[in-house]
Amino acid sequence: MTGYGTWQALRRDPAAMTSLAVLAVLVAIAAAGKLLTDVVPVLDPAQVRLVDKLRAPLSAPSPALEPTLEPALGIYLLGTDDLGRDVLARMLQGSVVSLSIGFVAMLIAISVGVLLGSVAGYFGERRIGPVTVDAVIMRFTDVMMCFPSFFLVLTVIALLPPDIHFIMVVLGLTGWMGVARFVRAEFLSLRERDFVLAARACGIGPARIIAFHLLPNAVGPVLVTATITVASAILTESALSFLGFGVQPPDATWGNILADGRAYVFDAPWLFFIPGTAIFVVVLAFNLLGEGVREASDPRLRRGAPGPGHG
Amino acid sequence: MIRAIAMTLLSRGLLLVVVSVIAHAVVHLAPGEPSEVDPSNPRMKPEDVALIRAAFHLDEPLHVQYVYWMRDLLSGELRSFKDGEPVLDKIGERFMNSLPLFVCASVLIWTLSFPTGIHAALRRGSLLDRGSTVLAYALISIPGFFFAYLLILAVVNTLEVPVVGMRTFGLEEAGAWQRLMDRLWHLALPSMMSALVGIAVLSRYVRSQMVEVLHQDYVRTAHAKGLPRDVVVYRHALRNALLPAITMFGLLLPGLIGGSVIVEQIFAWPGIGRLGYEAILARDYPVVLTLNLFAAVLTIAGTALADLLYGLADPRVRGHAARGAP
Repeated sequence: MTGYGTWQALRRDPAAMTSLAVLAVLVAIAAAGKLLTDVVPVLDPAQVRLVDKLRAPLSAPSPALEPTLEPALGIYLLGTDDLGRDVLARMLQGSVVSLSIGFVAMLIAISVGVLLGSVAGYFGERRIGPVTVDAVIMRFTDVMMCFPSFFLVLTVIALLPPDIHFIMVVLGLTGWMGVARFVRAEFLSLRERDFVLAARACGIGPARIIAFHLLPNAVGPVLVTATITVASAILTESALSFLGFGVQPPDATWGNILADGRAYVFDAPWLFFIPGTAIFVVVLAFNLLGEGVREASDPRLRRGAPGPGHG
Repeated sequence: MIRAIAMTLLSRGLLLVVVSVIAHAVVHLAPGEPSEVDPSNPRMKPEDVALIRAAFHLDEPLHVQYVYWMRDLLSGELRSFKDGEPVLDKIGERFMNSLPLFVCASVLIWTLSFPTGIHAALRRGSLLDRGSTVLAYALISIPGFFFAYLLILAVVNTLEVPVVGMRTFGLEEAGAWQRLMDRLWHLALPSMMSALVGIAVLSRYVRSQMVEVLHQDYVRTAHAKGLPRDVVVYRHALRNALLPAITMFGLLLPGLIGGSVIVEQIFAWPGIGRLGYEAILARDYPVVLTLNLFAAVLTIAGTALADLLYGLADPRVRGHAARGAP
């Protein structure tokens, strides 16, 4: 796989490029949001304005509000919630939390998956007593795949103390199986090739061979899994929030803003539709980007490649 | 063949034991105990807590607890911490409620995915292909409960049909036809919700398999020797594209069970997903543990069945204890 060819192919994919743009904007918003909500007092997501509760988006604050608490720009851009907190500020703060849950869970899942997959694929034939390393790792992978992951996640999260870091770790530790299986399969087919033999003959150590000669061949699919894992972690967090096991207040995530908003679906629909749409757009962008990378990194799937032989 | 089946069963049995050990360890190593459910209750004295702990063997070492759990489970004596009901009866009863959901969702998944995937693959880049791709990604990307709420709002406002729960109260006197229709309406939305992600995933999978197969030399050969298109597509290509899809049978099952927690919560459906949720809230260890194990058993049975089907469908792997492609 050549990285440059992939990038060229990806650039011709409008859906993937749009997704990339959306995600770039989102990261910028999250970074700006982190700064703004921490520094600017009127954008404090925890600021309660009881006189201004359940204001619709774009509405002006009531005259009774203290002047120091007036929202930025003079209006509530995205409305306020049942405690009069600025939804814009909460969404800004939530974007940081939601994204970091997605990315940390993804990093954990990919690291564990690549590590176990590499070991099983490269050192698989070594033995620990009567069984091979490969058998041990892959049977463990099978075991983990047997648990309905959401059920297991829910069980563990519910039993652990409510803490955002546990959610990241648990989501990461239940999402690595696909990567491990893929990396192993890739290594098994590459291990006996001449270029690996040549590298070994040059006296290059196994860690270096894995990192620089074998892993680059698996970059495309790993990237695909990475983007999809971020997407599914964000979705799982919102599902956990729906059941009351997500990130606990006062920390805002898009998931728990949405979960809290469902009580106001008739009275204050923006509390429900804004976070719901935001999650949908971002998760969709991650998924479409993943699909774009998948098509771009596989020459047979590239757009413009000769199609099947019939008219 | 019999040897292969025996080997499969043996390895699955072993897998099951490991699964049960891990499930047990995970649940018991996590902090929090059944005796701590209600720490603010002033009537809970330390003696009471000690009593509860002793009654449920919570003071024994972990492996002893595991043996107790297995002994009680296998003899059917395992009882819920919460109400003392036998766990297996509870799960069995709730599972029978969930079964119509799982069956309907599975039927929806398998009947809708194949036509969509095949036709998208045949007309790559067409409006149908792009449309189904966008729709599939939209379905995967929308938070399930958000979409369910939108669906409920739409259906209840336009069709005025009952959607929440398993049946409408007070219809016991109504005619059989009315009761049947009532049950079906209640079943429609939840099974559709359970099926959506599966449909999206499987139709994409079928599409990519078909695209891959349609590039093969033997398909070109079949075209070249002048066979009708349908024969090439459905006899030469589809058969080979079908094979990997069989393994999806085992992989979609956990999603269905896991998803049932959310779906059953939204639609107030008294199935195993809600049982699990209630048990987790109450720290009802025997139920949580057994339910995790039960779900794993269903999954293992599903993958074992898929492997057997794979062996039956593909002469090349017949006789081997076939493992599905990753």
